[in-house]
Amino acid sequence: MLYDLIYPSWHWSISGLAIAFILFLLTMAGRSFGVSTTFKNICGLVGAGKKNEFFKFDYKEDSWRLFFIGGAIVGGFIAGVLFPNPFAVSLDSDTIFALENLGIVYPTADSLGRGFFPDEYFRWDSLKAWIIALAGGFLVGFGSRYADGCTSGHAITGLSHFQLPSLLTVIGFFIGGLLMTHFLLPFIL
Amino acid sequence: MKGIIFFLIGIFFGITMTKSEALSWFRIYEMFRFESFHMYGIIGTAVVLGAIIMSLMKYFKVKVAGGGLVTYTPIPLNFKRHIISGTIFGLGWALVGACPGPMFVLAGNGYFFIIVVIAGAVFGTYSYGMVRDKLPH
Repeated sequence: MLYDLIYPSWHWSISGLAIAFILFLLTMAGRSFGVSTTFKNICGLVGAGKKNEFFKFDYKEDSWRLFFIGGAIVGGFIAGVLFPNPFAVSLDSDTIFALENLGIVYPTADSLGRGFFPDEYFRWDSLKAWIIALAGGFLVGFGSRYADGCTSGHAITGLSHFQLPSLLTVIGFFIGGLLMTHFLLPFIL
Repeated sequence: MKGIIFFLIGIFFGITMTKSEALSWFRIYEMFRFESFHMYGIIGTAVVLGAIIMSLMKYFKVKVAGGGLVTYTPIPLNFKRHIISGTIFGLGWALVGACPGPMFVLAGNGYFFIIVVIAGAVFGTYSYGMVRDKLPH
């Protein structure tokens, strides 16, 4: 019984409730829920603020985010390593079939067997994997800063505040995501 | 001391991203193929509940830490900027299968290759900072 509470993945409604609760907690703590600003803070911490005001790390305004991200990493360790779900992510069979056509086997593609990350593809000794990871990360970093927010800042926080700019940005997320998944990934992978 | 509060909220966030499977590259791929309701259920539930909670907090003028009310600083509406920036982000999101939050949580899960993606994201953010004056906002 206790095992069923701690190890398996959650139903989507519980997950959505938990995210709304995080939005509530951060709002109560006087902060705005948004993760992508962390990249800007990292730039500032390694000294980019000296050359460009934009990256300046303001200890009073920005330090909470580092504690939050530190916690997120620990939370990932607790939920994924200490109390891992014994079952792999239960993908739709059509998705698994489409993945096989791309040459990605599921879920054995994951050395940890959980279906979180295709790490048979994203390998340290693959130059192509490095290029894809750096390029994909670059797009996420550039796009989120230009958009002034990512999934948490726009799709969750912005939409919860009925922001039209956030809605347009999320529409953009899907334009890009659909283009990549349906037209570009088959050529890239 | 306040840092501990954010550290604890962060732990809950990391557990949520993992147990929701929102950090799965495969779940993002499945979402963009519209083959499962899972991710839409998560985001939909979060937005509907989030909107109700934020609206109630504004209506009842709930005081947050620091003594202020719940406010949101809107960014200026610029159709071109939102669509272009969102599209750039979406291309990357579907390619690496992780948005910024899950990137860090994946590292905690033991997928250390994600550090390369995070390095790319930091460089992308830096590049934006260097050319932002030339972009429409």
